[in-house]
Amino acid sequence: MKRLLIPIAAALAAVLAAPAALAQKKYDTGASDAEIKVGNIMPYSGPASAYGTIGKVEAAYFKMLNEKGGINGRKLNFISVDDGYSPPRTVEMARKLVEQDEVLFIFQSLGTGMNTAIQKYMNVKKVPQLFVATGATKWNDPKDFPWTMGWQPNYQTEGTIYAHYILKNKPNAKIAILYQNDDYGKDYLKGFKDGLGAKTSLIVKEVSYEATDPTVDSQMVQLQASGADVFFNITTPKFAALAIRKAYDLSWKPLHFLNNVSASVGSVLVPAGLEKAVGLISTQYIKDPTDPQWNKDPAVMAWKEFMAKYYPDGDLKDASNIYGYTVAAALAQVLKQCGDNLTRENVMKQAASLKDFRVETMLPGIKMNTSPTDFAPIESVQLIKFDGKEWVRFGEVMGK
Amino acid sequence: MIYQATQLVNFAQGALAMFCTYIAWSLITAGVPYWAAFFLTVIFAFALGAAIERVIIRPVENAPVLAVVVVFIGLLVILTSIAGWIYTYTIKVFPSPFPAAPLFGNKYMSSHEIGAIGVTLVVLLLLYAFFRLTPLGLAMRAAAQNPESSRLVGIRVGWMLALGWGLASAVGSIAGMMVAPIVFLDPNMMGGILLYAFAAALIGGVDSPGGAVFGGFLVGVLENLLGAFVIGNDLKLAVALVLIIGVLVVRPSGFFGKVHVTRV
Repeated sequence: MKRLLIPIAAALAAVLAAPAALAQKKYDTGASDAEIKVGNIMPYSGPASAYGTIGKVEAAYFKMLNEKGGINGRKLNFISVDDGYSPPRTVEMARKLVEQDEVLFIFQSLGTGMNTAIQKYMNVKKVPQLFVATGATKWNDPKDFPWTMGWQPNYQTEGTIYAHYILKNKPNAKIAILYQNDDYGKDYLKGFKDGLGAKTSLIVKEVSYEATDPTVDSQMVQLQASGADVFFNITTPKFAALAIRKAYDLSWKPLHFLNNVSASVGSVLVPAGLEKAVGLISTQYIKDPTDPQWNKDPAVMAWKEFMAKYYPDGDLKDASNIYGYTVAAALAQVLKQCGDNLTRENVMKQAASLKDFRVETMLPGIKMNTSPTDFAPIESVQLIKFDGKEWVRFGEVMGK
Repeated sequence: MIYQATQLVNFAQGALAMFCTYIAWSLITAGVPYWAAFFLTVIFAFALGAAIERVIIRPVENAPVLAVVVVFIGLLVILTSIAGWIYTYTIKVFPSPFPAAPLFGNKYMSSHEIGAIGVTLVVLLLLYAFFRLTPLGLAMRAAAQNPESSRLVGIRVGWMLALGWGLASAVGSIAGMMVAPIVFLDPNMMGGILLYAFAAALIGGVDSPGGAVFGGFLVGVLENLLGAFVIGNDLKLAVALVLIIGVLVVRPSGFFGKVHVTRV
């Protein structure tokens, strides 16, 4: 009798204990013991298809994670879809991911207009729209949109930093500005003007261009004619290269600030001509893999190995590839923090409690910090100056 | 140009030019000297243009105009995507055959830009001579304008059309190689240029290459003067669009185009 009792007691104990163990594991739609479903929307086709590589490198990163055993024993199922950089299709794709594929959350949907289009839907549905791939300032609004969070330093922060630098180092500047005539350009412009504060009269000329313009030659001639000695260049990579080259050809040599969007050596400065880019000032928060100073850096070397093994088609000169790698690593950290509580609420909660978290592909001194009232993970950048070969960091890390 | 030979406006012209420029870029990167690459590319472009006509356009030859236009737009998308797939979307530097220092010490035009204008004029003269003075040119014009009668007098209309496509593609590749050093090479390179090119061609008259060059100058000058002094840069692109609509409404055949009268 006694010999029978012990196994029965053990079985009973196991049955009784089971609900307690289950209670610790909490899941929402899209998460289970075996996997976590992550949605992603990218412009694999259309005018911004150059950014599609971000989705591919992120998929490669999660493949690597899965081969190493996943996160807390769960595999990541990364479902990445194409919206062609068109907001109506982003809405369609977000609904498909949430309602048909039943993902736990959407990660790194790309583009300001595209994310604006789905922001309300995601917040009504209470599905996290995590680490969106755009630098617009409006993603840091936890009060009105508690389910949406940005990631990279936003454009206004960066604009403000340049303005402060100018006020401090060149208080009598005459400033000329070239900006892309859309949300992105105007966001920078606003941050810059906010930074100048009462001194916006220092701006002597601001001109815009359209993303469809063939060149910015005539804009550059107008800016030079204004007699400005400081130039703030708010342009995407191709136009940045055009503007840098034209300024040089016109022998206009202002103190030249270039937005971080175009601070890549390989895809902007090399096409423009390295000797034409000497003296440019910009900001950075991720290591530029085309910059020779990082050739021996362990984190960049690890990234290159990762690229060779998991994404051999990827362009090693494209800054988007190291960007995607870094932000995927940040997501891995958030999910690790979630433990066995994989509810949508907890994903947001953990994303909003990053403390001094670093991925080593970020520049020294840059950290991710979030709180329930701060949905902007990276708010500091490093000023850099181009010396003809590489970006040289100067001054301290600026921002919060 | 291609309109002259085929009586159709080819929307994929820019994409073809872009694609051929990538071929030239590959050749030059592989170590082929500039001018060798230049002529190889022109020959390749000719073959590609003719092949596209034979394989893709031939089956829709007798289809309504709209169907053909859709085929053109399809070609445009396909060529752009293939180029992006093979060469990625990162911008590439395309070398210029002309010296880097500006000519005559002027500040506003690089020697490449002056050289490109020269090349344009030479190509224009050659085309003019070809269409006006050679029997083949005459046959091509005839084949485009009146296929039935041409066939009756023994012109091989199908081959003339393929030839026309080849020539247009070759001229396009030259344009691509002239433009690429200025705007950098990327798969969407001709996108912005195409709109201005249409405005230019419409003003000059779609069937007059000389008129198109004149139209090009006019659009460029108007657009920049208005952009700088009157309406601001925000509306520059609108100038080109207003010109297109304006010309279509007021004088559909352009300044130098022939007015087509159809007898009923």
